[in-house]
Amino acid sequence: MYTAGIDMGARSVKVVLLEELKVEGAPQLKWGVKQTHIMFPEDLDMDVAAEKVYGEALQAAGLTREQIGRVVATGTGRKQVKFAQDSVTEVSAGARGAVFMCPSARTVIDVGAEEGRGIKAAPDGKVVDFAGNEKCAAGAGAFAESMSRALQLPLADFGAASLRSQKTIPMNAQCTVFAESEVVSLIHANTPKEDIAKAVLDAVASRVTAMARRVGIEEDVVLIGGMVHNPGFVQSLKNALGVEKVLLPEMPEYIGALGAALVATEAHA
Amino acid sequence: MIANYGYKDGSGEYYISIDTDKCTQCPIEHACTRACPKDMYEIITDDYDDRVAAIKAPHRKTLAYDCTGCKPAGGHTTLPCTTACTPGAIRHSW
Amino acid sequence: MNTTAAAAPAAGEKKEYWRWQESVWVDETKNWRDAKFITAGIDVGSVSSQAVVMCDGELYGYSSMRTGSNSPDSANNAIKSVLEKAGGMTLDDLQFVVGTGYGRVNVPFANKAITEIACHARGANYMGGSSIRTILDMGGQDCKAIHCDERGKVTNFLMNDKCAAGTGRGMEVIADLMQIPIADLGPRSFDVDVEPPAVSSVCVVFAKSEALGLLKAGWSKNKVVAAYCQAMAERVVSLLERIGVEKDFFITGGIAKNPGVVKRLERLLKLESVQTKYDSQIAGALGAALFGYTLVQKQGVPAKAASG
Repeated sequence: MYTAGIDMGARSVKVVLLEELKVEGAPQLKWGVKQTHIMFPEDLDMDVAAEKVYGEALQAAGLTREQIGRVVATGTGRKQVKFAQDSVTEVSAGARGAVFMCPSARTVIDVGAEEGRGIKAAPDGKVVDFAGNEKCAAGAGAFAESMSRALQLPLADFGAASLRSQKTIPMNAQCTVFAESEVVSLIHANTPKEDIAKAVLDAVASRVTAMARRVGIEEDVVLIGGMVHNPGFVQSLKNALGVEKVLLPEMPEYIGALGAALVATEAHA
Repeated sequence: MIANYGYKDGSGEYYISIDTDKCTQCPIEHACTRACPKDMYEIITDDYDDRVAAIKAPHRKTLAYDCTGCKPAGGHTTLPCTTACTPGAIRHSW
Repeated sequence: MNTTAAAAPAAGEKKEYWRWQESVWVDETKNWRDAKFITAGIDVGSVSSQAVVMCDGELYGYSSMRTGSNSPDSANNAIKSVLEKAGGMTLDDLQFVVGTGYGRVNVPFANKAITEIACHARGANYMGGSSIRTILDMGGQDCKAIHCDERGKVTNFLMNDKCAAGTGRGMEVIADLMQIPIADLGPRSFDVDVEPPAVSSVCVVFAKSEALGLLKAGWSKNKVVAAYCQAMAERVVSLLERIGVEKDFFITGGIAKNPGVVKRLERLLKLESVQTKYDSQIAGALGAALFGYTLVQKQGVPAKAASG
């Protein structure tokens, strides 16, 4: 039995197809049968994009639409996914997917492009509570992306650079737009890029940690979303949270889509 | 005078308002500065020469984050600072 | 702190859409040597600095220039500009100097520092009249909403310098994005068939993406600018409502020169802003000079400290 989860994000669409296997009577999920994702082209409608990616995923999996028992959508554009039978919030999907991948996780940190949030999850992946700062770029991944452009340092190198920093420098600006100017001034003052990179990642980590404190930080903490690939951010996050361990699941950008697919599987059963 | 410290950004409006007229009647000598776990309050001499409470400058731009310790996601009913202020000079907008 | 209209760049010049003009002025009809009390106010902002000289509580002269990287230099340059224009006036002739603005602690020759909130209220009271109760000041990097009484004493205020939305910077970002000089944004925002609703994003970063999306969807640049101005006006309304909107209403800072926001704001508030013959950017420094006038009458001329 196959199900599909579609995460219709602001920047990209992620699709996960799940195959439920029955092993000795107990259902097991073989996750990640196939997944595809595409950078959301600005001139495609959201539901056109969703259709396109879904079609690509099915093709890559060698499946037809009829074989998919249920489709659930999540993400900011979830209502635009017309062919989904249901939708769930990113918060629910994120928690479900994160706990499935990391069963010991109780606090989920999700730093998306447009929002940084903390989610308290129960052992079954249900959301106990959550807190986030929506619609302010400074509290989300958009901050780091912006500074990466201002520093002319690709995000991939950003993390490595920040780990080399020996110094904590203050960042006064709390707004992405003002911070760009501050970074430019720091560069003119010959501040090492490593120190600036660290200050930027520390800033994002501290903001999302403050949100997580509103739900209470309970270990294990798991980080989901693209920032998982940024070791500098992971370190900043550990420092801000005051924990030694932050779990980093595989294919972290797909956790939301996975969570939606898991919800689809449960509903279909 | 009502001094509103804080800001509005994409995520919401966060102001701590201090009524300086009530503040000057403080009977317990700046209880707010001792009550806040993040030490966000200070006493200043304002432009009209009154000794009143204010939010320290660095915190004015990070209120949404700094106050999270006292404002859990599940909601809050009391805050240490507003409780400590018996003249009722302090108000949070969120 | 304040941005104003930019002179259109000459052909071939690198386009700097945020640039605005510096100025200096004195009242040629007055002889400053006749004054009993000469006081000055210096407003050092993060973007611009102003110096105002008053003779017996009447405006005598002012200058407005870009703040350099060094605040004390900016203060010195601003006052020197006016002193020179006045012809023969020196720092010693200033009996009381009040520093204000972001860099107020860096005015070496100031006798006192007073916040821009109090100074703006006092300045607005002078420039707009004693009926002024609600003041909006939007500068380059901050936005202030102030309620005052008939003497220009502050009764309620807020200042936002955390978020670029609702500051001159927010406007500059759109000017750069649309490649339209900031002075033209206002007039162009009215050159539309139908007044569009505001852009939905408050955050400038997200509003940029939204603007690009609207352009791709076929909106004209003017329409996008109109939607952006409407959003900024709506945002300002919420700030003003927090401190109490009461007539008369006065606007200072660079935003006063952007009809795109001002007209929409007036429409939303159902209140027209009081016009002034003075440059909207000098309100802070003017208020500071007035504080100086009050103080020098009360306390006498302070002993001369080391002057700049």
